[in-house]
Amino acid sequence: MNAPIPRRDIASSTSAPLLSVDNISLAFGGVKAITDVSFDIRKGEIRAIIGPNGAGKTSMLNCINGFYHPQAGSITYKGNKRERMRPHVAAAQGIARTFQNVALFKGMSTLDNILTGRSLKVRRGLLWQAIWFGPALAEQIENRIAVERIIDFLEIESIRKIPVGKLSYGLQKRVELGRALAMEPDLLLLDEPMAGMNTEEKEDMCRFILDANRRLGTTIALIEHDMGVVMDLSDRVVVLEYGRKIADGTPAEVKRNEKVIAAYLGVPH
Amino acid sequence: MIYSDEGQLKTTYAADMVIFPLAQDRTLFAILMLLAFVGIPALALAGIPPFHADYIFKAILTPFLILSLAALGLNILVGYCGQISLGAGAFMAVGAYAAFNFASRIPELPVLIAILLGGGVAAAVGVCFGVPSLRIKGLYLAVATLAAQFFFDWLFLRVRWFTQDSPSGSVSAPKLNVFGWHADSAVERYLLVLSIIVVLAALAKNLVRSDIGRQWMAVRDMDLAAEIIGIRPVRAKLTAFAVSSFIIGVAGALWAFVNLGSWEPSTFSIDRSLQILFMVIVGGLGSILGCFLGAAFVLLLPIMLDIVPGALGMPLSTDTVSNMTMFLFGALIVFFLVVEPHGLARLWVILKEKLKIWPFPY
Repeated sequence: MNAPIPRRDIASSTSAPLLSVDNISLAFGGVKAITDVSFDIRKGEIRAIIGPNGAGKTSMLNCINGFYHPQAGSITYKGNKRERMRPHVAAAQGIARTFQNVALFKGMSTLDNILTGRSLKVRRGLLWQAIWFGPALAEQIENRIAVERIIDFLEIESIRKIPVGKLSYGLQKRVELGRALAMEPDLLLLDEPMAGMNTEEKEDMCRFILDANRRLGTTIALIEHDMGVVMDLSDRVVVLEYGRKIADGTPAEVKRNEKVIAAYLGVPH
Repeated sequence: MIYSDEGQLKTTYAADMVIFPLAQDRTLFAILMLLAFVGIPALALAGIPPFHADYIFKAILTPFLILSLAALGLNILVGYCGQISLGAGAFMAVGAYAAFNFASRIPELPVLIAILLGGGVAAAVGVCFGVPSLRIKGLYLAVATLAAQFFFDWLFLRVRWFTQDSPSGSVSAPKLNVFGWHADSAVERYLLVLSIIVVLAALAKNLVRSDIGRQWMAVRDMDLAAEIIGIRPVRAKLTAFAVSSFIIGVAGALWAFVNLGSWEPSTFSIDRSLQILFMVIVGGLGSILGCFLGAAFVLLLPIMLDIVPGALGMPLSTDTVSNMTMFLFGALIVFFLVVEPHGLARLWVILKEKLKIWPFPY
């Protein structure tokens, strides 16, 4: 379990993209959130999306999982160019997501929150569930086992039955990651998974993200403001500013890019 | 010390998922069931007061059980799925009049089946009136369900087909013949209602601890987050409307057939809707136990308050007593909601938590 994880060279691989975004533009009335942005996410990589505030990063994730419908451009996922789709269809196709502000179900326990992530796997209908015993119970136990694996993976055994409203912010973020992982997603979108955390919590979260990627084989796209984290975690980085893509490449390439430096540090006048 | 989970280790997930994880709770529930099914009827047979008279069955126990069931139905919609409804009375009316029409137009149909069919019709109607919930939320939805209330008040009063041309919309239920068993006496009727309610409450409890229940609560707590994990809000909301209306419809049919015998549309007016909503709020949103506690509070407390001055020998006129009852009842509702906004069920949970660690404070 604790063997060192070999670093792979995804950036130079030529594996087919899991998702590709082609010339997407999104506007809210006169406000252009995204203008003509294209990039791809390869299978098995950790792809970071960075940029200053208001660059359109979250809007981009919202386009990918169907909250927003871009006015121009197309998104190709698993080889299918897709039409306008609802978020629950994206979920059914294996796209999971966490939010910038924790979006847990406050009235439910940690266990129930993560169990909701298994909702798509439930096959038994209303009547079986009302009867409870028999096949419905077998299915419940199956899902419970899957959830317990995730609870074990995220080291949150002790808060299993505590309502999530009572948990600290760091733990809530961890439960939200658990709920997304319970869906067994092919593509996991993380919107600022480390915002508002202390160093220790950040290190834990990095470990979970790396483990999810390397051990569970989940492709991950993440938005993050902590540059140290981004440069260490990600295989490739795409940089947005004012809704436009200004750079795309490995962390080392992006770090040297003059436009990126200018966007983050400003240019002398 | 008496109430603790000490030594009760769970070794399977099935054992961890039972309704009462604690042996003490299971014992308490068994005693309660034994009392309800055997104890109370036995006391009635033995003629021990106050159970010797029909009054306690006809005026207290049976109405309490049926309204608990209606509160249970409404709680699924309001407490679990977060969709406010002021139309509980209307769905009770639909259940009652549908069951009446099934029973009187098809005389061969067993009454129990007619009652369940009444619930089925209420479920279908509930889904229709649930469609606006897909677009509107909160108080606006409450107004939409209020429309259901007034629509059915009007429908059963004015459209003669439903009441089979009775002049004032007043109709009478057929004899209660449950597969050859004639539930005629008050005790038999109480047992009939009790059995139906125990079965439906168990089914409802199973639903709320299954996937569909989690879907309802997810939509209640945050519908956007529910949608990104693959829950379809449309399906979750409409199933909540269907299940809720089914239970309320059965409660309405029981209220009409078992409790009243003959009734008119005003039985299921807006007053009834509000009464049931109060039960749910006072008892506890999102709790099955809360429905029973809430029904007991709203229905039984005024009766008890009525008895107190007489029992203490206070020379008060009936008018004064009934006014005082209203006053005290209102004050108690405010008191309990201030002490615990999540209802009586939450007080019960807190009490159990405290008992578990007693005599230590934490």
